[in-house]
Amino acid sequence: MTTTTPAVSPLDLDDKLALYRMQLALRLFEQRAYDMFLENLVKGTSHLSLGQEAIAAGVAAAMKPTDWTFATYRGHAHTLARGVPMTPVLAELLGRSNGLMAGKGGSMHLTSVEHGVMGSYAIIGAHLPIACGAAWSAQFRGTDQVAVCFFGDGSTNIGAFHEALNFAAIWKLPVVFVCENNLWMEYTRTTEVTAVENPAADRASAYGLESIMVDGNDADAVYEVAAAAIARARAGEGPSMIEAKTYRHGGHSRADPGKYRPDSEVAEWLAKDPIPRYHTRLLELGASEDQLVEIERDVVREVDLATEQAKAGGVPGEDLLMKDVWADGGSSWRN
Amino acid sequence: MAQLTFREAIARGIAQEMRRDESVVFLGEDIGAAGGVFKGTVGLLEEFGGVRVRDTPISEQAILGAAMGAAMTGLKPIAEIMFADFFAVCWDIVVNEIAKSRYMTNGQMTFPLVIRSGNGGGLRFGAQHSQSVENWAMMVPGLKVVVPSTPEDVIGLMAASIRDPDPVIFLEAKALYSTKTEVPDGEIVDSLGTAKVLRSGSNATLVALGAMVPKAMKAAEELAGQGIDCTVVDVRSLVPLDTQTLLREISATGRLFTIEENPRLCGWGGELSSIVSEEIFYDLDGPIVRITTPHIPLPAADALEDMAIPSVERIVSTVNKSMNS
Repeated sequence: MTTTTPAVSPLDLDDKLALYRMQLALRLFEQRAYDMFLENLVKGTSHLSLGQEAIAAGVAAAMKPTDWTFATYRGHAHTLARGVPMTPVLAELLGRSNGLMAGKGGSMHLTSVEHGVMGSYAIIGAHLPIACGAAWSAQFRGTDQVAVCFFGDGSTNIGAFHEALNFAAIWKLPVVFVCENNLWMEYTRTTEVTAVENPAADRASAYGLESIMVDGNDADAVYEVAAAAIARARAGEGPSMIEAKTYRHGGHSRADPGKYRPDSEVAEWLAKDPIPRYHTRLLELGASEDQLVEIERDVVREVDLATEQAKAGGVPGEDLLMKDVWADGGSSWRN
Repeated sequence: MAQLTFREAIARGIAQEMRRDESVVFLGEDIGAAGGVFKGTVGLLEEFGGVRVRDTPISEQAILGAAMGAAMTGLKPIAEIMFADFFAVCWDIVVNEIAKSRYMTNGQMTFPLVIRSGNGGGLRFGAQHSQSVENWAMMVPGLKVVVPSTPEDVIGLMAASIRDPDPVIFLEAKALYSTKTEVPDGEIVDSLGTAKVLRSGSNATLVALGAMVPKAMKAAEELAGQGIDCTVVDVRSLVPLDTQTLLREISATGRLFTIEENPRLCGWGGELSSIVSEEIFYDLDGPIVRITTPHIPLPAADALEDMAIPSVERIVSTVNKSMNS
């Protein structure tokens, strides 16, 4: 289907420098998180977005502070991209009391309501209907808020995905679905288990959603399609599906070296790494090498400081254990 | 006072709260134009319009996901899952998402929502439309579980559930939809976590829930004729559980009989028995006896279904035998 695309305000050089900084921050934060895994400081599991940063950063640049993000268990990047500081995110990964949720959620459930990050969901596809509910609430209350829901290619084969797309379309909800298609559903090539070439976009068009394909390793391209889709949602023109093709540099999760992928494929995608690519583009647009070096130094300082502060965080106390099952702050189930 | 059926009480309870609070919205399959498959929601679409009372596709995950997303952003949704058996297709949203998210986010989110559902047997619908699932819900941290047994309680507990800031699973015994009692006029608001003593006796305490409550009352009448004087307590709310009332009433007679529609294993009576054993064991004068549906899927044929679900006769004979052994 086709609809009119509202005008999108283009990014100027300063905006693009900020977008570069964000992508780099996501990259260096996650590399640090990975190092801290190897030191056994980060416990449990973790799913990194290394290689996919342009999507979280590009979409976030198109959102208003009042809009909502719904992320997955691979959600560090989407959380940070909304302006959540690094320290509480890293401290959450470390299970410290200064963590974003004081250690009660962990890597897979990053949430910061004050930044519009309305949760990271670790059951595949579950958050698509939930994002619809937030969008319904915005529509009902007559606000201009938009719900943006990120998920991977693997989510497109679960029932909740299909229920949510139909639901969003029939109620014309202000929701933008963003499929990060990194070609691999955990350890299996997505095209081997999916009947269509483009798992999100091809299905979405069948449900009557505006369906958009984009190079997920190009932050500017992502920004442009996201800004257009968000503007349509805000204008009451209903939901969209953006399928962003990308690649994760590492494995599915912490325990996975990703060896099932052909070396040639990995090499091909490393050559399309969004960050060096954006670096080159900024130089072509007239940014100076010094400017970019200063940004890089600044991000390193930020990551180092977050590391220090996260490590300095305390161990969560027993007082937290029985707190906040209920809205009254407690957990009592009897009198 | 007016005579009201259980099904009419549902619409009245919802309407009472929708009039009071603009943020209360209602969604589900066939709840609007059709007035509900059990006619429990007749008139709501007409009074509140299609923006607040919304028919949905047959998409239980979408219904409950939408309720959750709406609740976390300021609405107070009521969602209907037509038959409680259908919770099995959307249980992820209930258990993993709604129930856990407040805790996981360190209290950043609240979920003021109600999920109503037609629960249990008695209508000869067979195994996939008849199960009593209160035990599924009771075992999940983060869910409140409410089961009314009278039209007046439907209204009052519905109001309390909608006003409660936490997610409430509101189970309506389908076998009771056609029952009718006198209900006071005007606003009715009850409170969660309150069991109700319906009858006081000195020999034994019958604790019942939902559709088992009128059966327990009838059984108590018959048992009185046989010289066994029973207290009957309607649990009404499994979470929070009114253990104070329950333990007091069980201590007073020294005997506990639970009357449960759920299949035997892990029914609420098992939990209650455990609490009683730990806390008032020395007040007991005899064994705790659980009267439940056997641990089977419910059969469709009326003769078989009647054998499965606790009947007045089974309650009377079980209590009588145990009290005289």
